[in-house]
Amino acid sequence: MREIVVLSGKGGTGKTSVTAALVSCAAAGGELVVADCDVDAADLHLVLAPEILERHEFIGGDKARIDPELCQECGLCVDACRYGAVDDAFRVIGESCEGCGVCAYVCPTGAAAMFPCVSGDWFVSRTRVGTLVHAALRVGEENSGKLVSTVKKAAKERAEALGCPILLVDGSPGIGCPVIASLGGADMVLMVAEPTLSAVHDIKRVHALAAHFGIPCAAILNKADVCPDLTGELAAYCRDAGVSVLGELPYDQAFVSAQLAGKTVVEYDPERYGDVFRDIWKKLRAL
Amino acid sequence: MKIAIASGKGGTGKTTVAVNLAALLSDRGANVVFADCDVEEPNAHVFLQTDWEKESPAHLTVPRILTDRCLGESCRKCVELCRFKALICMAGEIMVFPELCHGCGLCRMACPAEAVTDDARELGVVRRGRSGNIEMIGGLLRVGEPMATPLIKAVKKAAGDAPLQIWDCPPGTACAVIAAVSGADFVMLVAEPTAFGLHDLSLAVELVRGMGLACGVVVNRDGMGDSRVLDYLAREGVAVLGRIPGSLEAARASARGGLLIRDFPDIRAVLENVLAEVTARAGNGGLACAK
Repeated sequence: MREIVVLSGKGGTGKTSVTAALVSCAAAGGELVVADCDVDAADLHLVLAPEILERHEFIGGDKARIDPELCQECGLCVDACRYGAVDDAFRVIGESCEGCGVCAYVCPTGAAAMFPCVSGDWFVSRTRVGTLVHAALRVGEENSGKLVSTVKKAAKERAEALGCPILLVDGSPGIGCPVIASLGGADMVLMVAEPTLSAVHDIKRVHALAAHFGIPCAAILNKADVCPDLTGELAAYCRDAGVSVLGELPYDQAFVSAQLAGKTVVEYDPERYGDVFRDIWKKLRAL
Repeated sequence: MKIAIASGKGGTGKTTVAVNLAALLSDRGANVVFADCDVEEPNAHVFLQTDWEKESPAHLTVPRILTDRCLGESCRKCVELCRFKALICMAGEIMVFPELCHGCGLCRMACPAEAVTDDARELGVVRRGRSGNIEMIGGLLRVGEPMATPLIKAVKKAAGDAPLQIWDCPPGTACAVIAAVSGADFVMLVAEPTAFGLHDLSLAVELVRGMGLACGVVVNRDGMGDSRVLDYLAREGVAVLGRIPGSLEAARASARGGLLIRDFPDIRAVLENVLAEVTARAGNGGLACAK
């Protein structure tokens, strides 16, 4: 089984719309598993309307708590914490706490202690196109990388059990922790690029990240007709970097209309987009 | 006044709004400090044609083990205490995995043999420069570095206490966004009127409210989707600061790095009004000098 991660660097280039459209082509060919690894702004479920079969709490790590009864306000924890996570009233600022345990270590009275913190939930769901493994990081929580790894692992197990040839993973924007987590064990990165100077800048950093981990890339050029010259620049970059361009997509209101209707663009306009995405899927499988 | 511009969903137009507001303020003669806190994929410099003048590496303090002092297998205290699995004991020797380290310093603190000293992992760079009259500060995360948060904090520290600051924040609702928006006097959320836009906006509103920060929303590409975002904002009592009409011409200009306030008077008017709305809600602060 091959694991393909959809990335873009810049947000809003169409990762999720493309993933959803590919999924609806792939589904016709048998069992399918898709993972939504954009855990702090997950959107794939809005299109795939999952029926949740399993719900699991995600404990990302521990967080500190200071018991005011035991606290002698000595200030040792305040001085030792490198994250500024203990305030003047000797309370732990939850969103700043990294869960390192320094405060509990230095506390002479045992007032500061560590407690497991539920920082999200992850789900295995049935959808009209196959199995969706997805998650919701609680707002403002950290450890999104760890949740991404959890989602991916669960998706991989299911895809292997079902004998799926491909596991499709919808990634996060950026190139930091959650993206790096989504690349663990990946066989290919599918970059969704748009012809804007920002996206050109950003896709190069995604490509450099994939190269850093030795993962080959393919690309889809979305909204290609918005700035044909920049699309040309993207295509030239891909050619020089040995990245296969699997297809070009137009800027089309149909993508927004499909999303508003809770459909993939292939379901929304099969005549226009069915063949386009089937062709991309075929190329992706052949790579 | 420190204005953080965030969104939840990526690609809604955070950077577009941020750079145009900065240019608008600069046109009025204000001294603007622009901090690009999207250190994973910074883009503001593309629009503001920044001349970067100075670049300094930012580091995270990670441990280095002095093997001649380390008690090894018989102690293992650092290995047992590290909650990030950044230290292991192999063949009697302590090994450090610097990329897993969060830089908390617990290993050094707890070592009974003073065998842990400081080393540094490069997170990326903090750069400074100018875009006309706008002072630019930005971070650029090293490719392969997972931790954006400490670099974002370094960028904000470099911006210091300048009275009028615009912070361009990363997408999402996790720790990087918290690091970016915390300490802002006002958080401006940029949303698009789509299904994904609404879902991610509602998470961002929850985040900002949870942090006790004042916020308002700029609806971008207005007319492209439906009314669900406006309905949500009315229901939740979140201020609509302005609505930027959707336009393919504006999208094309932005794609090429153009500033919309230069060529689209209707968008300039919307953003002028956005500034007035923010001033009315968050007080004059540094905006006073922009009058």
